[in-house]
Amino acid sequence: MTVAIPLSIREALDALSNTPDARLIQGGTDMMVEINFNHLKPHNMIALRRVQELRTWTKNADNTLTIGSGVPYQEMETGELKQLVPALAEAARTVGSPQIRAAGTLGGNLGTCSPAGDGLPVLFALDAIVHLQSADASRKLSIHDFMVGVKRNARNANEIITGVTVPLLDGWQGYAKVGVRNAMVISVASACLAIDKPTRSVRIALGAVGPTIIRCRDAEVWLSEQIDISASTAIDAAVAKEFGRRVALESKPIDDHRSTAEYRRHAVGVLAQRLITRASSS
Amino acid sequence: MNEPLGNEMYTLHINGQDRPVRDAWVGESLLYVLRERLDLPGAKGACEQGECGSCTVLMDGDAVCSCLVMAATAVGSNIVTVEGLIEQNPTMAVTAQAITSQVTDVQQAFIEEGSVQCGFCTPGLIVAVHHLLDKNPDPTELEVKESISGNICRCTGYGRIFAAVEAVVQVRKANS
Ligand SMILES: Cc1cc2nc3c(=O)[nH]c(=O)nc-3n(C[C@H](O)[C@H](O)[C@H](O)COP(=O)(O)OP(=O)(O)OC[C@H]3O[C@@H](n4cnc5c(N)ncnc54)[C@H](O)[C@@H]3O)c2cc1C
Ligand code: FES
Ligand code: FES
Repeated sequence: MTVAIPLSIREALDALSNTPDARLIQGGTDMMVEINFNHLKPHNMIALRRVQELRTWTKNADNTLTIGSGVPYQEMETGELKQLVPALAEAARTVGSPQIRAAGTLGGNLGTCSPAGDGLPVLFALDAIVHLQSADASRKLSIHDFMVGVKRNARNANEIITGVTVPLLDGWQGYAKVGVRNAMVISVASACLAIDKPTRSVRIALGAVGPTIIRCRDAEVWLSEQIDISASTAIDAAVAKEFGRRVALESKPIDDHRSTAEYRRHAVGVLAQRLITRASSS
Repeated sequence: MNEPLGNEMYTLHINGQDRPVRDAWVGESLLYVLRERLDLPGAKGACEQGECGSCTVLMDGDAVCSCLVMAATAVGSNIVTVEGLIEQNPTMAVTAQAITSQVTDVQQAFIEEGSVQCGFCTPGLIVAVHHLLDKNPDPTELEVKESISGNICRCTGYGRIFAAVEAVVQVRKANS
């Protein structure tokens, strides 16, 4: 087994060409658990933690934001990133513990692609673009095409996820999650709501209630017919409740060791209702 | 980029020293390497899945779970373990008693406030509390709770630990 520690994306791609079977490791918070418990015995590793290019973010001229795949959650929780993408900050703050948030990254969340990954509902609500790069090509994939199933994504083995681009919306956005306690908890059900006033769009994405993250397109359309989001986000309680009911109908939860399908469906409905109520009173 | 590391040798920078790691499988966690190869048993291993925080160390200024760091990927990083805190904080406002007994002010406060029962969680908490107070000398109760939310203690019920943090805050304030 070998470990390569590249300092740039180019060096990382060269390393991947030299050892095509290599596994990438960023913060290690998913990968090391597998290695510690002997579920994974990699031959070769490429550690991305010293690739500074992946640890930066930039505001683009077209009112979008590109976040490197190696930016740790702790950087999204506060400061300018929190101002720019509040829902991402809220989601980041729910991840694990301070120790996990100091190490864990969006690149790793995308690499693992668990339906319970807390970064993913935000990326789905924002219609994020995932940037993938191989030694001789780069491509952009919509997050909707990137995540294809439970812990399955459209990344090719020779590609590195370099970052994601999200639009900077004009409207309220937030993230909510249900788990068995406050800290250090994998989501039982989660939801991200994002409003964009200029385009009159309401987006709601659900985590941990289906094989992929789910966008509730019917509930979104229904809500935008009830209220004119561009004018006001004041929503009456009956509409918020009905929105929650409709969102729950679009979830596809299962029973597993963390919870039951019935509870999950109920929980996402409540989360959606709470989020739209928060948006309404903001 | 340097040549990829094989199983022969790599060097980690820990508590201000270069520490060679020889004949080790490169997939080992930093926790394992600290305890089993470098004679630094301060960081404890309980869960090895990032849940308990007993293995917390500082890496390039962040508090992280050493069980989730692949040791070989930490080449070039500045690592501080609980054993190194006293050297890392030479100008810290430690009490005279703490200096003579070679413990930091946080460790001294844990002793005085009775924050240690079985002690398994203690090294990780000491590192986490140093990390918190170095960045935020006067944290709110919620900030203290959040900052140690990744450190599980099954004995104390946390009350004595909060008391120790508060004691350090007061001592540091008085001495600054
Ligand atoms: C105690 C604990 C609590 C946790 N709590 C939460 C939680 O609350 N919410 C949550 O969402 N997650 C949680 N996690 C899971 C984990 O922290 C996240 O999924 C995190 O985002 C993983 O990021 P990482 O950088 O550490 O990934 P790594 O472990 O480094 O990598 C994960 C996977 O992604 C691949 N990968 C990493 N970077 C890239 C890249 N640039 N290009 C291509 N592939 C890549 C790796 O090959 C690997 O397959 C928790 C984990 C632990 C141990
Ligand atoms: S042993 Fe590392 S967090 Fe428990
Ligand atoms: S003192 Fe026993 S776990 Fe904290």
